[in-house]
Order: sequence, then C-alpha cells, then structure tokens
Amino acid sequence: MDSKLKVVIIIFLVVGFVYFVINPGSTYERIDIVGSTSVQPLAEKLANAFMENRPDIRINVQGGGSGMGIRSTQQGIVDIGMSSKELSSDEKKDITVIEIGKEGIVVGVNNKNNVFDLTIEQIRDIFNGKIKNWKELGGPDLEIHVITREEGSGTRSAFESIVMGDTEIKSDAVVQSSTESVKQSVASDPGAIGFVSLAHMSNDIKALLVEGVEPSDVTVANGEYLLQRPFLFLVKGENTPVLQEFLDWIKSPAGIKIIKNENIVPN
Amino acid sequence: MDKNRINEFLIEKGLFITAIFSIMVIFVIILFILMEGLPAFEEYGFFNFLFGLAWSPNHGEYGVFAMIIGSLCVTLLSLLMAVPLSLLCAIFMAEVAPNNIRKILKPVVETLSGIPSVVYGFFGLIVLVPFLRESFGGTGFSMFAASLILTVMVLPTIISISQDSLRAVPHEYREASFGLGATNWQTIKNIVFPAALPGIVTAIILGMGRAIGETLAVIMVVGNVVQIPSSIFDPVRTLTANIAIEMGYATGLHYNALFGTAIVLFLIIMILLLVANYIRYKYKVDIGGGYL
Repeated sequence: MDSKLKVVIIIFLVVGFVYFVINPGSTYERIDIVGSTSVQPLAEKLANAFMENRPDIRINVQGGGSGMGIRSTQQGIVDIGMSSKELSSDEKKDITVIEIGKEGIVVGVNNKNNVFDLTIEQIRDIFNGKIKNWKELGGPDLEIHVITREEGSGTRSAFESIVMGDTEIKSDAVVQSSTESVKQSVASDPGAIGFVSLAHMSNDIKALLVEGVEPSDVTVANGEYLLQRPFLFLVKGENTPVLQEFLDWIKSPAGIKIIKNENIVPN
Repeated sequence: MDKNRINEFLIEKGLFITAIFSIMVIFVIILFILMEGLPAFEEYGFFNFLFGLAWSPNHGEYGVFAMIIGSLCVTLLSLLMAVPLSLLCAIFMAEVAPNNIRKILKPVVETLSGIPSVVYGFFGLIVLVPFLRESFGGTGFSMFAASLILTVMVLPTIISISQDSLRAVPHEYREASFGLGATNWQTIKNIVFPAALPGIVTAIILGMGRAIGETLAVIMVVGNVVQIPSSIFDPVRTLTANIAIEMGYATGLHYNALFGTAIVLFLIIMILLLVANYIRYKYKVDIGGGYL
C-alpha cells in the first residue's frame, strides 16, 4: 500500500517535471523592461496590473539605471528601456521616446524653519557649501546641515543635473541611503535641508517653494515647478502587437490610474 | 555486530560531511569575493585602493582608507565602552548576584540580543542623533552615535559568553581561595577572573566581530561621509556601510571596487582574529591537564 502510493507520487512528479521541461510556457509572450531604478517600481506595478488581465503575457522588469536602459534599447536587447532623464539628441537617434509621467523633486526643510522660498542658485550654494548659515537666507541663526542621497541614487543624479550645474554637492554632507531616512533626518533637525521625490512627500517636513513656485501635481504637470524629471519608456523600431497593446494600455484610464496612485504626474 | 560497525561508519562519515560542508561554504564565499574584488585591485592598484583618500565612483576614484579608519574607530570606541560595562555585568551575574536576581537578569540580557538591528538603528536615528545634536552641536550623525548603538548591541554577546566562562571555573578554586582567607572580591579579582580570561577574550572577539560587521544600524546613524574623522562627533563611513549603500547601483569597476572593500574588511577581521587568538594563547591557564 505504502509503496504503491510512493510509486504514484513519483510518477506524478516525473510527468509534471517532463511536462514543464518540454513545454516551458510556449504560450507566453515576453516583454523585457530594463533601466532606471526610479521608474522601476512604477513599471512593476503597471506590468503586474497588465498581466492580471493577460495571463498569456510575461513582463520582466529589471533595474540597472537610466544609462543602461538607454544603451540596451539602442542595442535592441530589451523591448522597453526606462529612463528618468531626458535623452540627448545623439541618444535619441532611432529611439522612440514615450513619456509616461513626470516626477517632482521636493527640497525640504524642518517644519520649524521659517525660510520658505529659495531660488535654484541659493539651493545650489547651500548644497555646495557656499551658504553655511540659515541667517544668510533670512532664517534663524542656525548652521545648515545638508543631507543628501548616496551616489548612484536616481533622485540624487536628477537633483545634481537640474540644480548643481558645474558644482558638486559638498563632500561632508551627511549621506542617507533612503528617502525615508532623509525625511526622518530633516524632520528631527531644525537646521537640516534635503531632497526627496514629490511622491514620497509628507507633512513631516516642509516643502520649499522653488523660484516662488510650490511643488504640486499641477505645477509639475505644467512645467512651472523646475525641479522635475520625466519618466520615460524607450522603444526602438517596429513594435510587436503585444508591445503596442501594453503601451496603449498604459495611456488608457486603467494605466493612468496606476500612475496616479504612485504619485507620478501622467501626461 | 557488523550492523553496529556500519552504523558507526555512516555516522562518522555523516558528521565529517556536515563539517566539511560548512567549511566549503566559507571557501566558496571567499573565492567569490576574491574573484569579484581582485579586478578592482588590478585596475586601480592595490595600494591606491587601500590608501586612497577619495571615494567618488562617479569620478572613478576608489580609495577606502578613510573607511578603514572609520570602521576601526567605530569598533574600538564601542569596545572601549562595552568591555568594562559587560565584564562588570558578567562578574556581577556570575559571582555576586543572588539566584533570583540572576533569573531576571539573564533573560533580559538575552532579549537585548534578539532585537533586530534595524530597530536599534531607528532608535538611534529618532532619539540618539537629535540628543547628540542638541548636546554637542554638529549634525548629530557621528562616529559616537554609531559606537553608542554598537555598544548596546555587543553587550549581550560579551556578557553571556564571559559569564559562562566565569561560571565554568571549578569550585575548588574558589574554596581554596576562601580557605586562605581571601574576601569575595579578592577571589574574583585574583583567582576567578584570571582563570576565565581565555573565555572572556573569546567573548570580546565575538563582540568585536559583531561590531565591525554590523551594517544597517550603523548606516542609519553614522552619517556615511567619506572622511577621516577629526573628533568622535564627526560623521564617518564604515566599510560595511559603503558596500550596502552602493551595491544597488554599482556596475563595472565600481561593482568590483565594492567587493574589493569586502576583501579589505575580510583582511582586517583576520588580523584582529589573529591578534586576539595570540592573546588567548598567551594567557591560557593550565588546570589538571586541561585548559579552561
């Protein structure tokens, strides 16, 4: 009895194993997405929602950075590349750029700080160490504590390219390795300043106006708020029907709802 | 009879294989780290890597010297605080405390080691860093904050192991000492503590290992600035923090350089282990044909 049961189980396992080996999802269509780690979470949400309705499609989302997204799209290794920065005209050659949304970057200070409006130049001078005390900006007599993200972070590189120009973030700025810890550090230090993405903004810290414009979905969408970056999907050449279906779906109400849920401003 | 022998044989080989397996795992890890890390040494130069002061992957600079100093300073500072504290606590628990107090203290100390490191880190970020900023100025993110957190984290390790080794000292030693008219403190100081010293050194080594390897809690409070600290209130970056912070983005030489950082960490731990083992060997006590 016992051994018969064993034989039955073994046969089942062998048959199942052989089935999967011979027939490894031959009915699936694959879409590979690679690139910016900032776009990655959104792309994963979109992919999962899309796959729920279309179980015959498999979408793989991988990070690697905007540079990698652009390169692998050019080389035709992946179906969709992700980038969180604008492409140069050189890079744009035979790549179709689809903007799925925009994200604002908020410069935040402690709620107790009475400074509320800075120009980009002032922010640059704070982060490169030229301005050291809040009283130079009309604030309290407090030393400025700059908090930044680690090198390689998408938010940091976007911030650097928009704000820092030729200068660098000062080398003795405290480095925090996540949006949340930047927020916590700023929330607990009256002299601190840091930057986080608009999507992760909360009341714990005070968002500064940049050049007099308050960061919000509206000002990011119409381009008045300057600290923003695009979330781009890159495709090359002729789209397969499945790929086209996915791209169309992103622009449909269902896709836009997901984008909005992630606090990204859709186009 | 024959069956017994086969059983014996199987058990013996089974144990051998299990033992070999754990050693194999270590060798595979070492091999992997070396393979991934050595290209960084080849391309950047071992001494440039080891003694370089600038770490800036965006500009192709990979010097880890400031982080070596950071790791060592944080570890030593935390041991400086943790060792006296935990040894006195262990002596109290093993030699002085009455049974009912010991019954309360032991689980409390063990609970301390069960708290996840992210909780320590978060506590440090929310409570300790603001406190240090208000008391001593600066940002509060500092070597000192990390050492304080690490002190609490290594306490249970050092306390429980050194307590065990204190209690393992044979009772005859104490009786002989009391018989000669020594007080309790004299017995502890001159007899029990020296006899338990090798075990205590082991405890300190393990505590040191935990301190130098701790990553998450340290990242949250240490500030992660690549610089050689001029005071204990300066932010630094440790070797482990460097790997954990940047691994997510690293490609190419940067990726290899992070594994190179791991090799350096490995070398430091080996050197510290050798030194500690030498001390243990030097102070071991001979009792009746066996060692304590």
